[in-house]
Amino acid sequence: MNKTYYLFAAYTVTWIIHIAYLGTIVRRYSHLKREIEELKKPGVSS
Amino acid sequence: MTAPTGITRVTLLKDLRLEWRSKDAINSMLFFSLLVVVVFSFSFDPSAEESRQIAGGLIWVAFLFAAVVALNQTWARELRNQVLDAYRVSPAPANSLFMAKTLGNFIFVSVLEALMTPLFIVFYRLRALGPAWQLLLVAVLGTWALVVNGTFFAAMSLRTRSREIMLPLLLFPISIPALLAMVQSTTAILNGEGARFWIVLLVTYDLVFTTVCLLLFETVLNAE
Amino acid sequence: MKRAFPILGVLTAILLSYALYLALVVAPTERTMGDVQRIFYYHVPSAWTAFILFFINFGASVFYLIKRNPAADIVALVTAEVGVVFCTVVLVTGPIWARPVWGIWWTWDMRLTSTLVLWLIYVSYLFLRRFSSSGQTPLLAAALAVLGALCVPFVYFSIWFFRTQHPQPVMGGGGSIDPRMLHVLLINWLAFSCFAYLVCWSRYRLEKLQRDVDHAHALESLLAPRGSVR
Repeated sequence: MNKTYYLFAAYTVTWIIHIAYLGTIVRRYSHLKREIEELKKPGVSS
Repeated sequence: MTAPTGITRVTLLKDLRLEWRSKDAINSMLFFSLLVVVVFSFSFDPSAEESRQIAGGLIWVAFLFAAVVALNQTWARELRNQVLDAYRVSPAPANSLFMAKTLGNFIFVSVLEALMTPLFIVFYRLRALGPAWQLLLVAVLGTWALVVNGTFFAAMSLRTRSREIMLPLLLFPISIPALLAMVQSTTAILNGEGARFWIVLLVTYDLVFTTVCLLLFETVLNAE
Repeated sequence: MKRAFPILGVLTAILLSYALYLALVVAPTERTMGDVQRIFYYHVPSAWTAFILFFINFGASVFYLIKRNPAADIVALVTAEVGVVFCTVVLVTGPIWARPVWGIWWTWDMRLTSTLVLWLIYVSYLFLRRFSSSGQTPLLAAALAVLGALCVPFVYFSIWFFRTQHPQPVMGGGGSIDPRMLHVLLINWLAFSCFAYLVCWSRYRLEKLQRDVDHAHALESLLAPRGSVR
């Protein structure tokens, strides 16, 4: 049972790493979307 | 039109003359060499038998740090006086400048190594069981490997933030195969074993990276 | 093009789940190591994927040096980043596998050491990208990528010889592999390759959008009427 713990740890850590990276992509994407909204507003370069 | 080698020679002589005239550089080099060896002696007890066995590695780590110190100031003078812009607009091929810089750094680092080596030998009571001339060959090949990549990365780091830290950040990973070869061959020669594989690896490494750095330097110099 | 993404996403998720099922349930239990050996089905495909991504990075960098194509530059950046992510997975799952099997977290064996050096080279590439000012970055990064890629054979050769002289426990089991295990391994590799492709695609779109926004900002400050500095 002890050894199987390592197996699940490895699989979990793999997905934590991948999801963390995807998370940074999603976060930056929503940041950009907000910036684009700002740029689109007509009164931007007053 | 001056031949490329002519430009290299002139630039190199200019650098050497400037270094020689500023006695500060030489004095600080002397003191730096002594400091490095002493610090290593305190960190890795020379009287311990293990230390003599890893002396090959210790020496090369010391040389590596000396090289980084030398390389970091390699372009500093040029940058201060906008010399690089002058080079860019001149018809001189970028390769010549690169060779001049690399050779200058090579001489500079070799002097540092020449100062540190006797101290290491004395402090660590080193004796070469293998042919000592091979040690000189390894020193030349290894130093060239560090200096050719180091000069290239120093030029790259010029346009980055945190310029001084960028150089070792870029240099160390790529130098790992060469470092392994330097340390293993030095240890092997000191212990009277064969170092042929490592020396061949160093020669190949030097040839490949010198060629590629020469090919790519123009791009790096003109990147704007 | 955009519509394909969610469909491929779902397909990849299904493939990954199937691959996981194969790895955990269907694959035969290894004789000496037991169930822990199943980490192999995540560890090895991640390594192969990372190598492929770094190879693409090399190709894109060379292409950029020759053609100065901005899309190639983005591909180089994306493959380096995603490659480092997969390489990190390799370097983390390796010790997690080694600990129950060999009792040690790390061993300077050939494969792990080479992967570590590879990771270091491409992380330094990412640092150059981050620390360099935007005008010259693509060129400098491309030059560094070429040097890094050329270094790779030297890394493998030198560490191979070093390990032949000073043998250490070899992790990841060399030698022949049971065909049923090979089947599971390949399915996992396919699943992770599809996953890597989708991640790269997303990152590419993000980077393209980021650059377009930056251009828009630059244009805006150029075209803004005098006295309207925000």
